[in-house]
Amino acid sequence: MPEPLIFEKSSPERKGYLFPSLDVPIFENSLSSEAAREDLPLPELSELDVVRHFTRLSQENFSIDTHFYPLGSCTMKYNPKIHDELASLSGFSDLHPFQPEDQVQGALEIMFQLQNLLAEITGMDSISLEPAAGAHGEFTGLLMVQAYFKDKKESRRQVLVPDSSHGTNPATAAMAGYEVVQIPSNSRGGVELESLKQSLSENVAALMLTNPNTLGLFDENILEITRLVHEKGGILYYDGANLNPILGIARPGDFGFDVVHVNLHKTFTIPHGGGGPGAGPVGVKKFLEPYLPVPIVKKKKNSGQEWYYLDDHYPKSIGKIKAYYGNFLHLVRGLAYILSQGAEGLKRIAELSVLNANYMKEALKKYYDLPYDRMCQHEFVLSAKKQKAYGVKASDIAKRLLDYGFHPPTIYFPLIVEEALMIEPTETESREMLDKFIRAMIQIAEEAEKNPSLVKGAPYTTPISRVDEVLAARKPNLCWC
Amino acid sequence: MVPENLYYTKEHEWVLLQNGKAKIGITDHAQKQLGDVVYVELPAVGAQLKQMSSCGIIESVKAVSEIYSPLSGKVKTSNIALSDHPEKVNHSPFGEGWMFELEEIQESELKNLLSAQSYRELIGNES
Repeated sequence: MPEPLIFEKSSPERKGYLFPSLDVPIFENSLSSEAAREDLPLPELSELDVVRHFTRLSQENFSIDTHFYPLGSCTMKYNPKIHDELASLSGFSDLHPFQPEDQVQGALEIMFQLQNLLAEITGMDSISLEPAAGAHGEFTGLLMVQAYFKDKKESRRQVLVPDSSHGTNPATAAMAGYEVVQIPSNSRGGVELESLKQSLSENVAALMLTNPNTLGLFDENILEITRLVHEKGGILYYDGANLNPILGIARPGDFGFDVVHVNLHKTFTIPHGGGGPGAGPVGVKKFLEPYLPVPIVKKKKNSGQEWYYLDDHYPKSIGKIKAYYGNFLHLVRGLAYILSQGAEGLKRIAELSVLNANYMKEALKKYYDLPYDRMCQHEFVLSAKKQKAYGVKASDIAKRLLDYGFHPPTIYFPLIVEEALMIEPTETESREMLDKFIRAMIQIAEEAEKNPSLVKGAPYTTPISRVDEVLAARKPNLCWC
Repeated sequence: MVPENLYYTKEHEWVLLQNGKAKIGITDHAQKQLGDVVYVELPAVGAQLKQMSSCGIIESVKAVSEIYSPLSGKVKTSNIALSDHPEKVNHSPFGEGWMFELEEIQESELKNLLSAQSYRELIGNES
């Protein structure tokens, strides 16, 4: 039986607290009667009720700590627990953002080191750690692009994105006020060069690209692409969502990218989601440095001693994009990860993530349609086309996987693949786990053929089976009333 | 189902020419691909659209897609019934699920659109 809502467990007058009796005069309520609500339906429960409720809910979670989670494009790798231990050290967790520099030298050193390491990993000259998420990083990047062209007194109105791009790319460009122009993909899943050439002009501010892209494929024409965009004076923006498989092997800066964002919550093992904050540092090449958001952490010699300080002397800066200095405790986690892996370790991460994905792809392509059949990077995209002939859709397969104890892959993305199933195993899974998932997928393919209604009715083992997604979207009711 | 009397785009819109005006919607193939439509955002009446510019949004339980204007022109009316009943796009893509109507269109742009035959080929002879 599913855990009821907390409102359903409520009982009038039940309390989770007991105040001591009042030993001061009663404060006259100064709120007007209209301002005070009588009918606020807050649940009334004991502390034990509340503890049990949320403990049970937490046990119903599908998470990376409980299940294999091959959610394509999200890099759901294991988040080592030592990172949380480090981030909760009081020297980090009890800092106040207004503490004077001499009291926070350690924290500033961490930021300084992370800036340098991310610059080295991505091939950029400078890094801002401020953005709180990937899309925030993208927006920061495009604001810098805008500031750069404004400074050069050039008016460029368009941003190019491939049709395989993450939705955040066109959304960011539109948010920054650009006209979005979509570039089709070629038969190998890369950017269609002829269309790119046709779309390029003096009106194009930037091309936003993920490489490897959302098909998990490395664009072999990347050097030609960056050359073409630069030839017309445009900027190359690298969406770092898929940085994992090229860590320590190739650098966006060396491909010719001018702006990069990295997702610490994907590539560098800080926790995803849960409503919690992410971190999307942005890197730039030298010519864009003047536009970075402030402050940047710098180092100088102070009477013979190394001294870290916050530099906000950037007159052309796009300004602040987040309060204080980014999500600091995530920066601690990210740095801990990079240092614990080292250069060799990062390279090994990339290699294993590619190996794992190709291992699964080769095992599954006999059973599922593989629209782009070539060596993939960290992820690959199958199509449930064959299964659709039996009336089983990608979403049915995703739900059936829950019964086998797996979090489903990303489905219906990228948009250019019909009935897409986008699978990213990451480097942290063992071969035994990959085999288990492969067996489940093969079995589901058989079920789809022999007993499609079994798959279409899944899941059977979760507290709640199928929810009415259509009704929820058409007539959303978010109230308990 | 690909009616003979309509023009089509590669992005799966259809156009019905009627008294010098163009009625526009998305095809049966498109609605099948999208699945249950839950939200439609249409261009404002009076808006000037360019051929194949993005002019609206269609959201299904699976994905959010753009609506492209098959022709240049001025939006004369839009199908406001879709805001309360987006499911009409699924039930009747060529009828009650129409989206908007353009006036001041240029017939010369029709050559950039697909015939029923070419559209059928595009979607792989699905009828």
